[in-house]
Amino acid sequence: MKYAAQMSDLDTFLAGLPDLPDHCVVRESEERRAYECDGLSAYRRMPWLVLLPETVEQVQAIVRHCQSSGIPVVARGAGTGLSGGALPLENGVLLSLAKFNRILDIDVANRLARVQPGVRNLAISEAVDQHGLYYAPDPSSQIACSIGGNVAENAGGVHCLKYGLTVHNISEIQLVTIDGELLTLGGRALDAAGYDLLALLTGSEGLLGIIVEVTVKLLPKPERAQVILAAFDDVTKAGAAVGSIIAAGIIPAGLEMMDKLSIQAAEDFVHAGYPLDAAAILLCELDGTSEEVSEHVFKVRELLKSSGATEVRTAKSDAERVRFWKGRKAAFPAVGRISPDYYCMDGTIPRKALPQVLQTIEDLSKQYGLPVANVFHAGDGNLHPLILYDANKPGELERTEEFGGRILELCISVGGTITGEHGVGMEKINQMCTQFNEAELQQFHAVKAAFDPGGLLNPGKAIPTLARCAEFGSMHVHGGQLPFPELERF
Amino acid sequence: MSDADLTESLRAHVEQAFIERTPLNIHGARSRAFYGHATDAADLDISAHQGVINYEPSELVLQARAGTRLVDIEQLLEDNRQMLGFEPLRFSSDSTLGGAIASGLSGPRRPFAGAVRDAVLGAGVINGKGEALRFGGQVMKNVAGYDLSRLMAGALGTLGVLTDISMKVVPRPESEYTLRQSASQQQALERFAGWMGRPLPLSGACWHDGHLYLRLAGSEASVRQAQQALGDAKLREQPDFWLSLREHSHAFFTRSMPLWRLSVPPATPPLALDGDWLIEWGGAQRWLHSDATAERIRGIAAEVGGHATLFRGADDNCEAFHPLPAPLLALHQRLKKSFDPAGILNPGRMYRDL
Ligand SMILES: Cc1cc2nc3c(=O)[nH]c(=O)nc-3n(C[C@H](O)[C@H](O)[C@H](O)COP(=O)(O)OP(=O)(O)OC[C@H]3O[C@@H](n4cnc5c(N)ncnc54)[C@H](O)[C@@H]3O)c2cc1C
Repeated sequence: MKYAAQMSDLDTFLAGLPDLPDHCVVRESEERRAYECDGLSAYRRMPWLVLLPETVEQVQAIVRHCQSSGIPVVARGAGTGLSGGALPLENGVLLSLAKFNRILDIDVANRLARVQPGVRNLAISEAVDQHGLYYAPDPSSQIACSIGGNVAENAGGVHCLKYGLTVHNISEIQLVTIDGELLTLGGRALDAAGYDLLALLTGSEGLLGIIVEVTVKLLPKPERAQVILAAFDDVTKAGAAVGSIIAAGIIPAGLEMMDKLSIQAAEDFVHAGYPLDAAAILLCELDGTSEEVSEHVFKVRELLKSSGATEVRTAKSDAERVRFWKGRKAAFPAVGRISPDYYCMDGTIPRKALPQVLQTIEDLSKQYGLPVANVFHAGDGNLHPLILYDANKPGELERTEEFGGRILELCISVGGTITGEHGVGMEKINQMCTQFNEAELQQFHAVKAAFDPGGLLNPGKAIPTLARCAEFGSMHVHGGQLPFPELERF
Repeated sequence: MSDADLTESLRAHVEQAFIERTPLNIHGARSRAFYGHATDAADLDISAHQGVINYEPSELVLQARAGTRLVDIEQLLEDNRQMLGFEPLRFSSDSTLGGAIASGLSGPRRPFAGAVRDAVLGAGVINGKGEALRFGGQVMKNVAGYDLSRLMAGALGTLGVLTDISMKVVPRPESEYTLRQSASQQQALERFAGWMGRPLPLSGACWHDGHLYLRLAGSEASVRQAQQALGDAKLREQPDFWLSLREHSHAFFTRSMPLWRLSVPPATPPLALDGDWLIEWGGAQRWLHSDATAERIRGIAAEVGGHATLFRGADDNCEAFHPLPAPLLALHQRLKKSFDPAGILNPGRMYRDL
């Protein structure tokens, strides 16, 4: 693909958008720099042009104009993504949805909220709180990330174990296609006619269209929530305790694990009252009706003790419950304080493989000489190893990336996946070649072409080209075989 | 339950059909043959492709071949105090898993425990070129690549032959209780809307012929608590009431008149259409026996933000599924082509132009 854009073409390009007000256009380089990267700051690129439209018609006009000029488009929500999905292009438009920040309608009877894509995740729950309702998916970044970005990444959160991911909690989206057409996918009923395009678009990382409106499902707030903190002297025991809770037929609202390094970092940062001598802690939230919670708290406490917990605490007040969670929710920035840089991985594995995978990560950590803090969604096997490194030390970032790649391949080898919620983006593009074979990748490209035949929406992300896999494959021999033997090596 | 992996022969069959441009009619037990349009094509029978590939109760995941009978899967789950959260509609004891996923028809629990597509974690799929592909996986969270396994749910086999499906399963509730109250349709819809906005342990909400039926499910304590809050009026006469909805064996479903399924926002007031109604999903799924024209029924469903399916009784004169706006239909056609370039997989089963 050849892109037409050159710096000098900028005026010509903008002349094709006569109805876009000046304050929606960012062309100065100092201002464009704010859009250089998303939450994965190790990857940076100056966008050619940043546009911040205010209306759906403007989005349609921009996309149509990009289509006819052959200019690629990268959508951006709040830029908190952790896989470089919103990384801009030197020759493309960065389309920010930041100005689409209005809640359009709250339908209490049908428990739906219709919002613009730039609305922050937490703002939805805040707006519907007065009706006794909330929006369940709660990524740790929920004060900042946008609902459009959540849909594009199929974001998860602490409460997804019981209440599902973004895909389970949205009802309808409005999508602007690369032709500038406005489509409604899904609906306000529980299903829609035709293919489940709502599911397909969820997690499509801005490669299939621009989301300009989202209708989310709301849930009644549980009558009561209670959180238990359990300490263990051994990570493996904590892992086994997770399995025993689920096997007992209890689905906690959240079930999170933190290891020694993250406990320490979080404790130093927010003073959550975590036991500093523990090798691992589990945080288990139980919610539901009042009697059900009492019953489950009792059962879970017993299970934790019989799994070898050295200490089991139940939050005595709502304030203490919030404090227990505060340490977990602040874990990433807390780790950020103890290391110049950290690199967050996102593999998901079958729960039973937890002990084995945690052990191997520890071994790799020693081998690479890079510490790892583990803080993750234990209940659904979604790991977030944080590799601590210093980007200013020559070669350390490269070593970190290689270590990260090994972790992802480890996840695949135990029957898991390279990404549970952060997306492939730019970051995990090579590991996609390990997870999927050539025919599967080709099917992905064919689906992409059904939406965007010219490949102008977020090119280079999420799905690797076969050529890229051939290049990657020349370094990584998988299962004794080179992937894509028929493609020429670079 | 037998254990036979026929993936390779099914794949070879599709590949041959692709080369020869022979349309295929994919089927299992044919228990859903009435759903959608008949296709004039050579049969591809998947019912012998059977067996549970992987099931570990503590992982809450089950993977089985598409020809496996639903009753066998549900029995295995029941033996482990688990179940399929979406309670698939099951039209005969031979109904297969593949048919349940491809038709995407969920049972009474749908509004409370999610739909078929919500439970799908991964799938083996043979596309229209005869390539055996694998999407998704066996873990709860997976965003690598487009979500093509969920897309298969409800696609009626028009995008690929499902070979196996990995699903999330859920613990069986400790306790269940159905209460019955007399209510007009309008009263029932209002009560449902009120209850569904409260944190109650619900797992079914139906209205028919002057009565509403509400199923409570969860821990013993929570069911007891809810029962006290809602008033005691236990349904004793019809122990298989919910099963009769799942299997469409309830007397309502045995009429000969055309059967419509209207899917609308749940709190929508009663619709101005004459006929016999059975309301499910707390108002979100409404069954109607009516002789009204398709245009009228579809017009009314669309007006309230829903759609209408001619569930039984579709013929050449009427599309079974609600017609799509032209740009959306065009996108469906391109998507279909991306999986099935020769148009050999269940052509016309869903929409005549697809
Ligand atoms: C401290 C921290 C904690 C986090 N915790 C979690 C967590 O618990 N769970 C979790 O899932 N994630 C988490 N994340 C990751 C991130 O917040 C999520 O991926 C979030 O969904 C991104 O939203 P955003 O608005 O910032 O999107 P962006 O980063 O702006 O964009 C993400 C992707 O979506 C696309 N996109 C954005 N908006 C649109 C649109 N309107 N239409 C089409 N495409 C669009 C972009 O092109 C890009 O590919 C965390 C991040 C940080 C920094």
